[in-house]
Amino acid sequence: MGLSKQLKFTFRGKSIQRPLIYEVGHKFNVTTNIRKADVESDGGWVILELTGSKEEINKALDWLKEEGVRVDNVAGDIVAG
Amino acid sequence: MSKVKSLKCRECPEEYEISPKYVCDMCFGPLEISYDWKEIKKSVNKDSITNGPKSIWRYKSLLPIDGNDVIDIGTGFTPLISADNLSNLLGLKKIWIKNDSVNPTYSFKDRVVSVASTKAKEFNFDTFACASTGNLAGSVAAHGAKAGFRTLVFIPSNLENEKIIAASIYGPEVVAIKGNYDDVNRLCTELAETKPWAFVNINLRPFYSEGSKTVGFEIAEQLGWKTPDHIIAPAASGSLFIKVWKGFNEFFKIGLIENPQNTRMHIAQPEGCSPIATSFNEGKTHPLPVIPKTIAKSLAIGNPADGYYAIKLAKETQGSAHAVSDDEIVKGISLLARTEGIFTETAGGVVIATLVKMVKQGLISKDEEVVVLITGNGLKTQEVVSSLSAPTEINPTIKSFEDTFPNY
Repeated sequence: MGLSKQLKFTFRGKSIQRPLIYEVGHKFNVTTNIRKADVESDGGWVILELTGSKEEINKALDWLKEEGVRVDNVAGDIVAG
Repeated sequence: MSKVKSLKCRECPEEYEISPKYVCDMCFGPLEISYDWKEIKKSVNKDSITNGPKSIWRYKSLLPIDGNDVIDIGTGFTPLISADNLSNLLGLKKIWIKNDSVNPTYSFKDRVVSVASTKAKEFNFDTFACASTGNLAGSVAAHGAKAGFRTLVFIPSNLENEKIIAASIYGPEVVAIKGNYDDVNRLCTELAETKPWAFVNINLRPFYSEGSKTVGFEIAEQLGWKTPDHIIAPAASGSLFIKVWKGFNEFFKIGLIENPQNTRMHIAQPEGCSPIATSFNEGKTHPLPVIPKTIAKSLAIGNPADGYYAIKLAKETQGSAHAVSDDEIVKGISLLARTEGIFTETAGGVVIATLVKMVKQGLISKDEEVVVLITGNGLKTQEVVSSLSAPTEINPTIKSFEDTFPNY
């Protein structure tokens, strides 16, 4: 099914109350496969694999960012000092 | 028989053959090197180390390197300086400065890049790359030149000219990426996934990060085979912080030092990028990513890869974590320069400011020994202290001098 990305989504504030991972799988032609998560009432993060075409993944990530989700590479920042 | 066994996941039981790989397929956790300690213990002792070269390569048997052809530009075995003036000023028994600003490209990054470049040769890569806003760029470019790699250094297009020159002089391809910090992160991750390159802090990360533990080895050796009461280390990704401890622990494992259980590990971060310190002080286990806004650019990692492990280590060692303001950073740089004659970059200012803060808070007893890590040279970040340089102009006469400076 094309590309596969290993990502970390960080949720803050009200976004934690919404089923955003469910929604992204319905709005876009991508599959989500959660590997690890830590969610509390005021925020949390999910590590997952996102699979789909490059275009659909990019659209899905843009939408998530608009909804207030921070999207990072699973291995943390690559740019170093 | 090789002393390096495998790549092991830090989060789950998965193990992998040694290869340029950095994330576990199963749980996406980070991979690290697994060693054959029985084998290492047979050949490594205090004599074998002290008879070795005065560089990080005296610890080669404890690094993930198989052959003898190392990429050596003279990195490591940097001075551990007794900071008597600073100790007196702060009322402490002994402060030691681990001065890594005197490495070949003037920062501790030479340690990690020495190991990464050597391993890249062993893996038969011909292209060596990194994404950096400063210290790493210079180090990768220098080691790439020494090793004869095709070298690529990716930088944000708004990087200051002095930093570009400090990398360009070694002859790499310097690629300035238009866009923000996240764009550079994203592009470099994609390049690392698609190109057959040794990307030092991506696919070589398990090897690269092992270079940092040589700081711990050196401190223990230079203190006479023991560890101090306190370590204060700057944290960007958190890797250096945890690897210093790993160095102590490995020396203990092979019987070179006592159990380092009484050494407390303290994290130093700038307020404008303190995801690790903030989460530690809020009692959280994982750092929440932030958008960096600090003069301490070498510590501006908003999403620290080893943040979770750094928080865990600080907790386990009864350590602490601190965030200091830009103003405190500048004062810290100035204090170290004026007491010990060492000009450090902003990360060192963060560490000294943290030391001062800890002393004020009574977190260090007067009779305890502290080692502070100075990881980079002040000539790299002169712009942040430019307001401190104010020459006094006089006429070319003795009278003018004496009128202006009556106390001399």
